[in-house]
Amino acid sequence: MTIPAPIALLAELTHRCPLSCPYCSNPLEMVRKSTELDTGTWIDVFLQAADMGVLQLHLSGGEPASRRDLEDLTRAASNAGLYTNLITSGIGLTPRRLDALEAAGLDHVQLSLQGTNAELADRIGGYKGGFERKLAIARDIKERGLPLTLNAVMHRQNLDDLDRTIEMAVELGARRLEVACVQFHGWATKNRAALMPTREQTEAVKQTVAAAARRLSGILAFDFVPPDYHADYPKACMGGWGSAGLNVIPDGTVLPCHAAQSIPHLTFEKVQDRSLSDIWYKSPAFNAYRGTDWMPEPCRSCERKTIDFGGCRCQALAIAGDAAATDPVCVKSKDHDKVRQLLDDATAREENLIYRVNP
Amino acid sequence: MTLAFGRHDIPYLPRGVRIHHDRVRGQNVLLAPEKAIELDEIGLAILSRVDGDTTFDQIIASLAAAYDAPAERIEEDVQQFLTGLRARVYVMVRT
Ligand code: SF4
Ligand code: SF4
Repeated sequence: MTIPAPIALLAELTHRCPLSCPYCSNPLEMVRKSTELDTGTWIDVFLQAADMGVLQLHLSGGEPASRRDLEDLTRAASNAGLYTNLITSGIGLTPRRLDALEAAGLDHVQLSLQGTNAELADRIGGYKGGFERKLAIARDIKERGLPLTLNAVMHRQNLDDLDRTIEMAVELGARRLEVACVQFHGWATKNRAALMPTREQTEAVKQTVAAAARRLSGILAFDFVPPDYHADYPKACMGGWGSAGLNVIPDGTVLPCHAAQSIPHLTFEKVQDRSLSDIWYKSPAFNAYRGTDWMPEPCRSCERKTIDFGGCRCQALAIAGDAAATDPVCVKSKDHDKVRQLLDDATAREENLIYRVNP
Repeated sequence: MTLAFGRHDIPYLPRGVRIHHDRVRGQNVLLAPEKAIELDEIGLAILSRVDGDTTFDQIIASLAAAYDAPAERIEEDVQQFLTGLRARVYVMVRT
């Protein structure tokens, strides 16, 4: 197969974050501040990415505003022709910093929403006062006319608030709302029993999103990530492993997806040691699950194999014990009963949240 | 709400949405929040006329002249193309 050029780069600038969401997509082993890439190295990564054909740059974390050079990084990326998207909790941003980011050419802000009221949001984010500060910065974003997406991570404890979440997105002037049901990787796997949506919630969220998307067409666009374990077929892994996007973590390690380090037999290389292009096109880790040749049955002879690419490799490893297995979420997987079991266990119990820790 | 454009509506690309020449792939794309959409020749011809001053009618007339094609056919294509983008808020409208 010919390997396509990547379209998107997710730059996890830091793993530091004032919040401690129990579903954080950062790995359980986080990168410390002392080993974070410096400004110049990040800029070089952005230039390499632009030369490779990357169009979209997601400045993420942790909390990217925890990096004091965020404005410089944004300017360099913007000058390189990249579309710059800041993925933030809003904590650490100020009107002054927003002005500087605007002047640096920032294209878009994706603001996370932990809940629709201070009590819920601050409990989920593990940060008192966070909700009020977030609303204040959302108003500053709106005032400037910076394009805004609200990213609402949904789970058992806030799914019943979906209507209010949608209203808030409209009130805050967002053009887009991501209703992202928790994906069980990283910290979220520790919190399955506290976060797993119920069957009823899963049905309700699909209908609510579909109805709201029709009603608000042209005002608010929706992107919907449905709850995973309840589905018959798995989600496509980012358009296929190593096909559309890549992820650079704070210490320069390059991954095909944010959870890829959970696959122990793969070796991931660093931007300090090899060019981004070589890592994308030539490294064994990026080639491990590219295309369809690696697939086992039942995927190999399945008509959906170029739709979902056999699902998620990290989930296959976590649940089936084999990263090269069919994603066990799929009804055709021989390990599908394990997902059923996890689902039953998780929805039968109430557990306290286990918060992510800071590096 | 109906998203179809009226004759005097003025479509525009809101902040955060822009046409970009992708030098690596040698094509034009529409860049929008967390999205890149490939533009073919017709898409580019339409969007390069979406400047925030030109009305829907004027866009049709200009395309009909440039491509020497009947306005009704062009209108159908343009309506469909722009309505699709408007549904995702990649195109907005001034009346
Ligand atoms: S998910 Fe929460 S803790 Fe993790 S980076 Fe985002 S805001 Fe921070
Ligand atoms: S068998 Fe494989 S390719 Fe087919 S639907 Fe299931 S995961 Fe997807």
